[in-house]
Amino acid sequence: MNENLVIVLIAMLGGAIRVSTPFMFVALGECLTEKSGRINLGLEGTLVLGAMVAYAISYQTGLPWAGVLAAGCAGAMLGAMHGAICGLPKVNDVAVGIAMMMFGTGVAFFFGKPYIQPSAPRLPSIPFGAFADNPNLRSALDVNPLFFVGIAVALMMAWAFANTRVGLIVRTVGDSAAAAKAMGFSVDFVRFASTTVGGFLAGIGGAFLSLSYPGSWNQGLSSGQGLMAVALVIFARWSPVRCVLAALLFGAAGAIGPSLQSIGVTQGYYFYNAAPYILTLAIMIATSSATRQAKDMPGEFAAAK
Amino acid sequence: MLKTATGQPETAAGLSVSRADGFAEVVRRFRTGSEYVVIPILAITVASALFALFLLALGRSPVDFVQLVWKGGFGNAFSIQNTLQRSSPLILSALCVAIPARIGLIIIGGEGALVVGGFAAAVVSLPLVDHAPPLIGLALMFIAAAVAGALWIAIAGWLRYARGVNETISSLLLTYIGVAIMNFFVEGVLRDMTNPNKPSTRPLPHEYMIGKIPGTDVHWGLAVGILLAVALQILMSRTTFGFAARIVGGNYRAALAQGLPVGRIILVCSMIAGACAGIAGFFEVAAIQGSANASLVAGYGFTGILVAFLARFNPIVIVPVAVMFGGIDAAGGIIQRRMALPDATVLVLRGLIFVVLLISETLYGRFAIFKGPETRT
Repeated sequence: MNENLVIVLIAMLGGAIRVSTPFMFVALGECLTEKSGRINLGLEGTLVLGAMVAYAISYQTGLPWAGVLAAGCAGAMLGAMHGAICGLPKVNDVAVGIAMMMFGTGVAFFFGKPYIQPSAPRLPSIPFGAFADNPNLRSALDVNPLFFVGIAVALMMAWAFANTRVGLIVRTVGDSAAAAKAMGFSVDFVRFASTTVGGFLAGIGGAFLSLSYPGSWNQGLSSGQGLMAVALVIFARWSPVRCVLAALLFGAAGAIGPSLQSIGVTQGYYFYNAAPYILTLAIMIATSSATRQAKDMPGEFAAAK
Repeated sequence: MLKTATGQPETAAGLSVSRADGFAEVVRRFRTGSEYVVIPILAITVASALFALFLLALGRSPVDFVQLVWKGGFGNAFSIQNTLQRSSPLILSALCVAIPARIGLIIIGGEGALVVGGFAAAVVSLPLVDHAPPLIGLALMFIAAAVAGALWIAIAGWLRYARGVNETISSLLLTYIGVAIMNFFVEGVLRDMTNPNKPSTRPLPHEYMIGKIPGTDVHWGLAVGILLAVALQILMSRTTFGFAARIVGGNYRAALAQGLPVGRIILVCSMIAGACAGIAGFFEVAAIQGSANASLVAGYGFTGILVAFLARFNPIVIVPVAVMFGGIDAAGGIIQRRMALPDATVLVLRGLIFVVLLISETLYGRFAIFKGPETRT
């Protein structure tokens, strides 16, 4: 039993690293968008489209990193669409997000049909566990470079928000559109750019799904991870670094099911699959309040609620 | 409270009642009201044009596509009945979006309420089929489905009211949870072992299946859907409850200041919405599938979102819009076979219409033709 516990914990560590990466990218993208005062619920569609594009390009060119870049560009395109549409007067950003979610998944399923069968070259992992004798530990420590890219992006974003002019502009637009306008910034352009870059990041998260873990393309690949990442930003209180920590927590929760399966516990497989959704909901309940607004919430975002 | 960008036709038309003679007033109302018809139709037209370009770029003929939609969805008695059959869950899941939208909640978890409702109906049927007569059994299944769906969406509504949890995200999360719960039981303890191919609950005996509306091949779900749409239209526009609900949707703070029971209104509206989707699940189980299985997750709940938005959350208008999408849905198979297009083609069209429709929101109030002559006050 003790041995099994160790196996489960190691599998959860590996799972936390693997499963968290797409959460991390989507959450960072959404964090940037929400910092500018807008919410993009369409990142679920972006994630799926990114996964499909990455897989297709990697299959066609044989270059998985080209797939990652293409996925980012596809995500940026969806983000730009969302950003541009929401810039029009009287258009509701939540509704546009739902529409973009449907549009993104529709396009991904349409063009992704021929790529369900073939196998595309995947992103190589870095074997940090080479020193270990334990095969479970070794596979748990096979870390994809994108994991570190995600952490680097988070640190860079945190630094940029605090120390750069661009970061200050984004924060100003997100906290008070009127103040930003008075300072001569174009609110719509800043939000458009933030949503576009946010879409780029979410697209890369999708590339991780299809090119690293689980590492194949099919229509059930994402099933709500993009949406959970959006909820996760609220939990992380709009801080890029806390987004990474929250993503790791979600990754570990998502890994419970497969970890238990690895020691032969198959009962309640579907229940453990539901665990991340239930955790997300529980966290949303715990961190929200009907009477006071969440701490550190961008002002414009709070006003829109 | 999330504010939908869409105003309600009644309030827009009734804003400034002029004291001019009756005929001019009728004309003015017609002009302002027609804006809410012309702009959505314009949006569908533009989306269709974009979709035609999409097909042309792929080397397919848009004319073929239209002909196949007509043939597969509306061309003959068989396809019309197929269309109507499919529009029944669309009407009910669109109602699940439209009623909360009236109070300013964007709930997109109809799919989950449908699945949970259908599953509840199937579970209730298990002990009943051997003992109770079909009519009583079906009545209990119907109630179970409606209650399960109502409770499901009530979670999202209540969390919004009591905890300020974003109802759009929570309702979609609840959909994933609902599907996982159904799969857990259908592939586990409730699995019917006589069917090795597809995990499902024990199928309903023949006499337990809901019949067709006499003279047609369409099950009773369509009639129930239309009936509910009419009833909810009356509830939302002709009763004090509907009036209070519109105040909550129009100005949340004013509703609170008026001392309206806002929490109860939100809860009741969410429960009505969930019950509608749950009933859709009941008919999927008792009229089509015969058991609860993964086929319940067919995307009706998501198409229903678009139907509700296109109908501008008006329950009556939902009916024809749902029939239109039921037709496109029914034609999906023939389009797939004849044009060698993937089944997701319909999803692309759906997404395009939705996106263009939301862009068209920006057009309201921009055209002078829809404004009556300036009214003097």
